[in-house]
Amino acid sequence: MSHLLTLNQVNVSYGPVQALYDVSLEVGSGEIVTLIGANGAGKSTLITSLFNKPKPNGGAIHFDGHNLTSEQTHNIAKLGLALVPEGRHVFPSMLVEENLVMGTIPIGENHLEQDRAHIFDIFPRLKERRNQRAGTLSGGEQQMLAIARGLMSRPKLLLLDEPSLGLAPIIVQQIFGILKEIAEDGMTVFLVEQNANHALKLAQRGYVLVNGRITLTGSGEELLANPQIREAYLGGH
Amino acid sequence: MDSFIIGQQLVNGITLGAIYGLIAVGYTMVYGIIGMINFAHGDIYMVSAYLGAIFLAVITFFGIDSVVLALIITLLFTIVFTALYGWSVERIAYRPLRGSTRLAPLISAIGMSLILQNYVQLSQGARNQGFPALVEGSVRVGDGAQFFQVTYLQMIIVVTAFVSMGILTYVIHKTSLGRACRATQQDPMMAEVLGINTDRIISIVFVLGAIMAAVAGILVSLNYGSFDFYIGFITGIKAFTAAVLGGIGSLPGAILGGLILGMSESLFSGFVNTDYKDVFAFGLLIVVLIFKPSGLLGKPEIEKV
Ligand SMILES: Nc1ncnc2c1ncn2[C@@H]1O[C@H](COP(=O)(O)OP(=O)(O)OP(=O)(O)O)[C@@H](O)[C@H]1O
Ligand SMILES: [Mg+2]
Repeated sequence: MSHLLTLNQVNVSYGPVQALYDVSLEVGSGEIVTLIGANGAGKSTLITSLFNKPKPNGGAIHFDGHNLTSEQTHNIAKLGLALVPEGRHVFPSMLVEENLVMGTIPIGENHLEQDRAHIFDIFPRLKERRNQRAGTLSGGEQQMLAIARGLMSRPKLLLLDEPSLGLAPIIVQQIFGILKEIAEDGMTVFLVEQNANHALKLAQRGYVLVNGRITLTGSGEELLANPQIREAYLGGH
Repeated sequence: MDSFIIGQQLVNGITLGAIYGLIAVGYTMVYGIIGMINFAHGDIYMVSAYLGAIFLAVITFFGIDSVVLALIITLLFTIVFTALYGWSVERIAYRPLRGSTRLAPLISAIGMSLILQNYVQLSQGARNQGFPALVEGSVRVGDGAQFFQVTYLQMIIVVTAFVSMGILTYVIHKTSLGRACRATQQDPMMAEVLGINTDRIISIVFVLGAIMAAVAGILVSLNYGSFDFYIGFITGIKAFTAAVLGGIGSLPGAILGGLILGMSESLFSGFVNTDYKDVFAFGLLIVVLIFKPSGLLGKPEIEKV
């Protein structure tokens, strides 16, 4: 089976500081794959390096038949990749609606009406707040908006970087519920998380990143049951 | 009697303020999108005055003697060529420095300003250049010794300036190009990831600023009839003051700042002293910076999440 996303021996550095060492992983079409790791392990670096921010200095990244390392950042979304970044990065002075339209840039506004209606079904809160500035939303609502914006480009692969970051447990629960729905709709998802418990329950497969290296991989259940993982990421219970 | 003097000064002030506003939007948009003061912007305005005079001469030479037609053609050509200057300044002097220190593009901007001044001085001569008086006549309000007048030219200036600023505001707030500009301003990295070519957007912002400066250049030349290679400096600083007054980075702020500056400067010259009007303008700036550093409509810098 050919994979949608393949990283092969990828190395990434910030100047003299190397952040990723020989990282290889795959995400197949229709899969939910997670990458877990502690603070500073290199999770965000891995996900943004798909957009050449920063550009890998070794290895290859292929997505849907394209060699990503030779693409310009602003052309990558068009290939079918959507990023829901760490810290959400909604446009604070724009209305919720405008933020959603921003998501359609790679595909144009032809499906705007239809897709927005669908988004409002998934996120009724955003519908209520559609004419509000994104900067005035709560953290959880901003996270929903960031996910919604990602979906508006009808991506082949949805990348999420710590969607649970800084949110109350009940909101985290809600977000993961929504991610589950989205995945059941057939979306391919690559999820980076520190919240290993939620992430591994949602994902079919997972990778563990430690100090820039992949140290372990397996099915979500295997990793959840792994005593090392339980010790390091699940509080040892 | 006083009310007629006030009336006259207000008319003059709105005219002046509309011009300041047109130039101020260029400073504010560039600051908004890349966080630098484009000190060469005043000189782009100066270049447009020269371009306008040249195009008008050429058009007259070709025997177009309808004033309206000549002015419109001159305006269009001046806009296109001034836009080219604005675009080039960014490509040559600022883009190569992107990602370096904040000071580097500032120094480069001052250099660019000097280059433009000297280039124009060398190629066009240091003497004042003239612009023919094409629009004459005025409307008087009042009678006898008590009146104020609004020239047709002042009406043209105010209408043209506000239509231009209105179009610009519409483009920024209602079109997808404007949305891309605002996105690049608020979060350039995210904008790029979402598929916006932010380098292109930055170029477009310089072009839009230059277009507004070109409109101002033509209008001022028509009004005053003469100009030299140095006009960009003082007008540029005034327009920059207007942008800061309104809140740098804010488009409506620049327009409002221009109007307030133009009117208060004009009232000050009418009632207090003409020689000190520049001192007054900069004094106003200092007061605003002390009591409301973010300007009248500017947002304090906390927006980035
Ligand atoms: N812009 C940068 N310049 C220099 N070093 C950086 C930069 N961004 C990240 N790093 C370094 O790269 C390493 C990996 O950082 P990264 O942000 O990818 O980790 P992370 O796993 O996402 O952490 P977190 O869970 O805190 O988000 C860290 O050591 C970090 O200090
Ligand atoms: Mg991170």
